[in-house]
Amino acid sequence: MSLMQITSPHAHSGQSTSKVMLQVAAATVPGILALVIYFGPGVLINIALCIVTALASEAAVMKLRNRPVGFYLKDYSALVTAVLLGIALPPYCPWWIPVVGSISAIVLAKQLYGGMGYNPFNPAMVGYVVLLISFPVEMTRWAGPAELIQGVPGLDETFALVFGNMNVDGFTRATPLEIVRHNQSTILAQLYEMEPVFNKGTLAGLGWEMANVGFLLGGLFLWFRRLITWHAPVAMLATLAVLSVMFYDGGSSLSEGSPLLHLFSGATMLGAFFIVTDPVSGCTSNKGRLIFGAGVGLLVFVIRAWGAYPDAVAFAVLLMNFAAPFIDNYTLPRTYGHKAARKATDLEEQ
Amino acid sequence: MDWLSDVSTPLLILGGMALVFGALLGFAAVRFKVEGDPIVDQIDALLPQTQCGQCGHPGCRPYAEAIANGEAINKCPPGGQATINELANLLDVEAIPLDAEHGVEDVRKVAFIREAECIGCTKCIQACPVDAIVGAAKQMHTVIVDECTGCDLCVEPCPVDCIDMVPLEMTLQRWHPNKPRDGIQLIASDRPELHADDRSAA
Amino acid sequence: MSQVDERLSASERRAAREAHLIASEKARDLSRELKINDFHGGVHPPENKHQSTGEPIGRIPLAEDLIVPLNQHIGATAIPLVKLGDLVLKGQKIAEADGPVSCPVHAPTSGKVVAIEPMSVPHPSGMVADCIQIRSDGRDEWCARTPLADYRNRDTDELLEQIRDCGIAGMGGAGFPTAVKLNPRGGVTIDTLIINGTECEPYITADDMLMREHADEIIAGVEILAHLLDQPERVLIGIEDNKPEAIKAMQRAAEGTRFHVVVFPTKYPSGGEKQLIEILTGREVPNEGLPANVGIVCQNVGTARAVYRAIHFGEPLISRVTTVVGESLAHQRNIEVPIGTPIRHILECHGIDRKQLQRIVIGGPMMGYTIEDESAPVVKTTNCILAPTNKELPPPPPAQACIRCGLCAEACPASLLPQQLYWYARAEDRDKLQAYNLFDCIECGACSYVCPSSIPLVQYYRAAKGDIREARQEKEKADRARERFEYRKLRMERAEQEKEAKRLERKKAAEEARKLREQNAGSPEAQAAKQEADVVAAALARVKAKQASPEQQLARAQRTLTSAEHRVERMQQKVAEADESQRAQLEAQLKTAELKLKEARDKLAEAESLSATAPAAQQHPAAESAPTPSITEDKLTVAGASSSAAGAAIERAKAAAAARASMSPQEKLAAEIDALKTRVEKAEARLQKARSEDDPNTAAFETALGKLQEKLAEKQQQAGSQD
Repeated sequence: MSLMQITSPHAHSGQSTSKVMLQVAAATVPGILALVIYFGPGVLINIALCIVTALASEAAVMKLRNRPVGFYLKDYSALVTAVLLGIALPPYCPWWIPVVGSISAIVLAKQLYGGMGYNPFNPAMVGYVVLLISFPVEMTRWAGPAELIQGVPGLDETFALVFGNMNVDGFTRATPLEIVRHNQSTILAQLYEMEPVFNKGTLAGLGWEMANVGFLLGGLFLWFRRLITWHAPVAMLATLAVLSVMFYDGGSSLSEGSPLLHLFSGATMLGAFFIVTDPVSGCTSNKGRLIFGAGVGLLVFVIRAWGAYPDAVAFAVLLMNFAAPFIDNYTLPRTYGHKAARKATDLEEQ
Repeated sequence: MDWLSDVSTPLLILGGMALVFGALLGFAAVRFKVEGDPIVDQIDALLPQTQCGQCGHPGCRPYAEAIANGEAINKCPPGGQATINELANLLDVEAIPLDAEHGVEDVRKVAFIREAECIGCTKCIQACPVDAIVGAAKQMHTVIVDECTGCDLCVEPCPVDCIDMVPLEMTLQRWHPNKPRDGIQLIASDRPELHADDRSAA
Repeated sequence: MSQVDERLSASERRAAREAHLIASEKARDLSRELKINDFHGGVHPPENKHQSTGEPIGRIPLAEDLIVPLNQHIGATAIPLVKLGDLVLKGQKIAEADGPVSCPVHAPTSGKVVAIEPMSVPHPSGMVADCIQIRSDGRDEWCARTPLADYRNRDTDELLEQIRDCGIAGMGGAGFPTAVKLNPRGGVTIDTLIINGTECEPYITADDMLMREHADEIIAGVEILAHLLDQPERVLIGIEDNKPEAIKAMQRAAEGTRFHVVVFPTKYPSGGEKQLIEILTGREVPNEGLPANVGIVCQNVGTARAVYRAIHFGEPLISRVTTVVGESLAHQRNIEVPIGTPIRHILECHGIDRKQLQRIVIGGPMMGYTIEDESAPVVKTTNCILAPTNKELPPPPPAQACIRCGLCAEACPASLLPQQLYWYARAEDRDKLQAYNLFDCIECGACSYVCPSSIPLVQYYRAAKGDIREARQEKEKADRARERFEYRKLRMERAEQEKEAKRLERKKAAEEARKLREQNAGSPEAQAAKQEADVVAAALARVKAKQASPEQQLARAQRTLTSAEHRVERMQQKVAEADESQRAQLEAQLKTAELKLKEARDKLAEAESLSATAPAAQQHPAAESAPTPSITEDKLTVAGASSSAAGAAIERAKAAAAARASMSPQEKLAAEIDALKTRVEKAEARLQKARSEDDPNTAAFETALGKLQEKLAEKQQQAGSQD
């Protein structure tokens, strides 16, 4: 028997990409639970459809690229993308929405760029944006919380909504961010009194606040497991908080919503802990992550406050994905023994 | 008269602008003139300096001059693909594979004189483009290994055929591990030998 | 006498300084002074140190053959001092250092030199290197040693020479010659001596056990080191907090000295020189600099002990403590083993289970390297032999894609961005790699350890470093070759110019002389000169005649003949008329004239035959003048190549290369055979010529011919087998 010849190190931490991905997927469970409790089983159907389509398209592309399908499916990166996309889609949307979204995410945003590790943009967010722009009607009909719509759809109704042609209108309600966005003349205190989604909730709208708390818990789990660093999420949340405080004038009709609304409604926490922390399309150094997170926070607030869309995490993340290599260039850490960190481009020109 | 001013005003303005900008450009051309390396020097710096003539030019610098004048960049076997890539990068042209007409990429070699057989004819000394062979008439010659570029030019002139080209020996100090193969080697198309087969079949 | 005084005064000065330092040290607020810093990154791999610390340092029976590599350190390979068959004694120097950065090598036991040849050495390449093999005679008999126990009264240079002579090199890992490190150049002042007892690598406990058992010797060695560095202000002994027994032993031994045992939290790679310096002093070794640049010298505890033994007992470095560990061994412990003991012998003494063994690692699991050949010996830097089972250190799974998770950047002790380096190492983008400070990578392996995609990052970096170093060397060589080539060209041109200038000068001188003669025409000298000029003119005419067509030559020859005949007639007349006094002279002139006549006749005959045989040549007068322009053309093309020999060779090579291309292997072979045949023919001709001329090189030509014929036969055979 010949002896193995490999270079050091011979020891390994035992961490693996598959394990990381599975833990990320697991960390979404509290948020998904909250979504199911408040909005019914629709999100589960979305996630299931996304997973099936995503894995199938990943396998198909791998087959085309003459790569071992099993090896690449087992890194579970497609699974995580699918779960995140499934969460982001409105529950009870027609079945082809998650299918088109997943194919866009996996084939367009990920595999066409070379597969895992090479995609410059967050695949789930690309899938989401493709859907949002292509099918704005389907994508803006969010289900209402159970309390407001006299009970969420049952399973048979859910299937009818997703695969049949049952109209979803009876189950949808405007989201808190939409309400604030479209508010023209009411001061916020009154608005909160008026709208059931606010007066039945405690922080930022019934259902939404709990989903965000769920994702916050999941994010803390990831941080605790050292799978993400605190830099990007904290920078994003802090920027969002600071901006919303700055533009919160006590609740006039022109106000952009309370800081709590911004932090605990919409996709804030999901974005902060699961999207902004995506290592592939984000910044690579800790300083860069701070800037990246802050940029996302800034863009989220700007688009929410003055843009055409009530929520903006997907757009903000994609815009910052563009900027990530640029930020990386200016945020090289100082190497041991060197006087000061320099820009990569500076060094290149020497 | 109106039409005259209609025409003359823009003419004056445009002409004035042309003058001003022309002067500015002229000034800039003189003031900020870049005293860069002439392109030939840059090309010459990339060539391996074996002075072997395999490119069809008598030495590396003439080839550099030829490249600057538009000759193909793939005629240098000692430099191999690495040099072609660097040249392509410098000249902003496409990197093309080595032209087999001028020879193939080989391991680095140096000349070795079997000293017992050398008759001291100095023919190899005259042939060596980099003065890497020492010796005198009727005295044994030897190669300065560190200076030998492996150009092969001394082998032919030797009347007693005592010069061999031997591969440069690997030393413990120079050794380093190879770059790991990219990707996983589970797949047929990732195995380099298969690629090689494809090429020979084509 | 005065020298001794000086030495004494120097040692007194040192002693006074030491006393002062001890006093001031006591007065200092040590808690502030010895603040422990942290370094960026690092990892906490399972320590696995308990397996080998269960029993004291042991010994194994001497191996039959000891193999001592000539290069066990950084620097030049040592030069052997012994011959095959020599009998050597234990500790005898068997190879001498070659240059300042080099180390001598000593016999680890007494016996006979049975081989001096390349043998396998512990090196990741698995290559062989020159070694001296000693067959032990079992007596283990020491040679004479020269201790310098009274080192305090000795010259620094003498002590350094002793350390160097005893072959002491850093025993922590890299093996840098210790004497060089202790003699910092460039007027730097060393204010801190750091003794590295960190041993942060998992599994390795050699330094730990050494400190437990030989703390006194280590401290005594540290005293010598401090003495050699002119008593630096601070002497810090750094130990990780996972070695409580070693810390206790060292603290006990250091009592009463001014050395501080500094304990700091365990973290890999705190034992790296740069990291340890940062932990203990907060200073950073500058990029491309040495610890001496920030006033620090770092030495391993094992080295300190070796220095102690070298100075106090005159013992060279011929044995070391090595950890023998791994689940495939029945017996795991530390042993004191002679340098040169084959690793196979050690493994066999510790109950190796070959079914379990999957790799042999020299060093620890983080930075150690695997070896192929168990016959490789223990060297001065071998601190651990690790023989793990598959379960213990599983083989790495196939690498997955980098997801840029950044764990590697978190773990990197040099604050590099390993993920970016990996990216550029794969693309072989050397500029970018250097821009991202690849050369500050200490190859500690922390990045690969944490990588969830199991990418062999360190291997990428090592390969890239090697490539870049090679490219740099090649660039240097190319620059040198260019310089030499240009210089040669210049030299050739100058030689050519000088020749040309000389010719011009000669021509000018001749011209002037001619003019002078013309001015003084009529004088006897002028007459004589004129005669001479006639001769020159005749010669020129002859030359011209050679170039002219046969017809012209014939005509000219006839003219020459007639004029010669006339001349002879005239002379004969003169001789007849002349008186006695002039006769002798005239007769001589007549003789010359007669000779000339004869020559002219010959020429005429020759010209006649020529004009008869070569009517064809007459029709192509241009053909004869052809060589001249072709030569100039040759010169033009070769002007750059500077020498016609090289030029011709280039032309030939060019033609050959052009011909070789687009040939099938058979055709190539055939072409080679043809080329060889012509060469054989040439060689034969040369040989014939040499024989006829009785050339002294006839023998050489003969062997050359023989060889060529052999080559030809071989090729022909090859061609035959291909058909």
